[in-house]
Amino acid sequence: MALARDHELHRRRAGRNIGVGVTLVAFIVLVFGLTIAKVQSGGSIEAFDHTFRPGLAERAEQAQ
Amino acid sequence: MSDVHADSQTGSAPIEAGFGDYVALLKPRVMSLVVFTALVGLLVAPGAVHPVVALAAIVFIALGAGASGALNMWWDADIDRVMSRTRRRPIPAGLVEPGEALGLGLALSGIAVVMLWLASNALAAGLLAFTIFFYAVIYSMWLKRATPQNIVIGGAAGAFPPVIGWAVATGGLGLEPWLMFALIFMWTPPHFWALALFMKSDYHLARVPMLTVTHGRRATRAHVLVYTAALAPVAIGAAFTGIGGAVYLAVALVLNVVFLRGAWAIWRRTEAQAEADGYATEKRFFRFSLWYLFLHFGAFLAEAALRTAGLALPLTGG
Repeated sequence: MALARDHELHRRRAGRNIGVGVTLVAFIVLVFGLTIAKVQSGGSIEAFDHTFRPGLAERAEQAQ
Repeated sequence: MSDVHADSQTGSAPIEAGFGDYVALLKPRVMSLVVFTALVGLLVAPGAVHPVVALAAIVFIALGAGASGALNMWWDADIDRVMSRTRRRPIPAGLVEPGEALGLGLALSGIAVVMLWLASNALAAGLLAFTIFFYAVIYSMWLKRATPQNIVIGGAAGAFPPVIGWAVATGGLGLEPWLMFALIFMWTPPHFWALALFMKSDYHLARVPMLTVTHGRRATRAHVLVYTAALAPVAIGAAFTGIGGAVYLAVALVLNVVFLRGAWAIWRRTEAQAEADGYATEKRFFRFSLWYLFLHFGAFLAEAALRTAGLALPLTGG
């Protein structure tokens, strides 16, 4: 006997999937907002590949 | 479990956890207290925090608290099955596998600590990691089943959130966050012992060495009074620090007088009297203890708002 399409089991699974989806979207929005807030607060942003890093240059100057 | 398997085995609706059951693993009611006290710790601290950073920090502190709740439910599933108060939790109810709770607890612990570090600073993240470890390992795995002092020492886990909130805002610590810590730490024993007085058979059946089980109910009543008396100077003393003031002092005086009267009433009662009225005094004291903590932290918040508005009446010399 197959389960009906609107079985309680499906409803629970759908609820679980929607819950996980909403949680993940909320997490993405929070991390994005956090990034914007950090950038606006003037935190230094340094890439780590194939680019000049001001932090390293300052240290080199201090060493001299 | 496949649909076919589920249906062929029982012929009726199989039990499967919904999203809410996983949320229940995180102990949302405890989380609400954590959110509130951490928020107060963050807002009363000197220095401004970007609102989004503050929101993120509170979310990750709450997530860490929830993770430790899931780890606690994983470890204590055998106790929860016995006690009527906890029998309907997701694991004893058969809705969530113990391994799922363990996985969820560990994963959320890692996410919460790392994200709090990225959102704020290493000190706050380190304190959150220690709090999770303290609640899950020191309290749940060790103290709870080993000593009647379980909730006295274990209460530290619930006392850390305002300290973490303060660390998020300042990047450091001071006297004030530890006073907020002490307030919750000293409040926890009378709060839980009042509960243990009217949940007698639960702890007995689960073989949890609560004070009521190991030292008897007379000794528990005396302990409630002693801890409530020791709590009062801590709570009132906070009025004379940087986070207190005249408004807080007034609130703390009233609350502590009422709380002490309740503890005194509990101490004076005999078991026969308590049985006769269905532990009405103990239940009233337990309910009031929730308001006691909420209103103290609310008063801290009110003082911070008054300071911002330039209307505060500080009681400190400086």
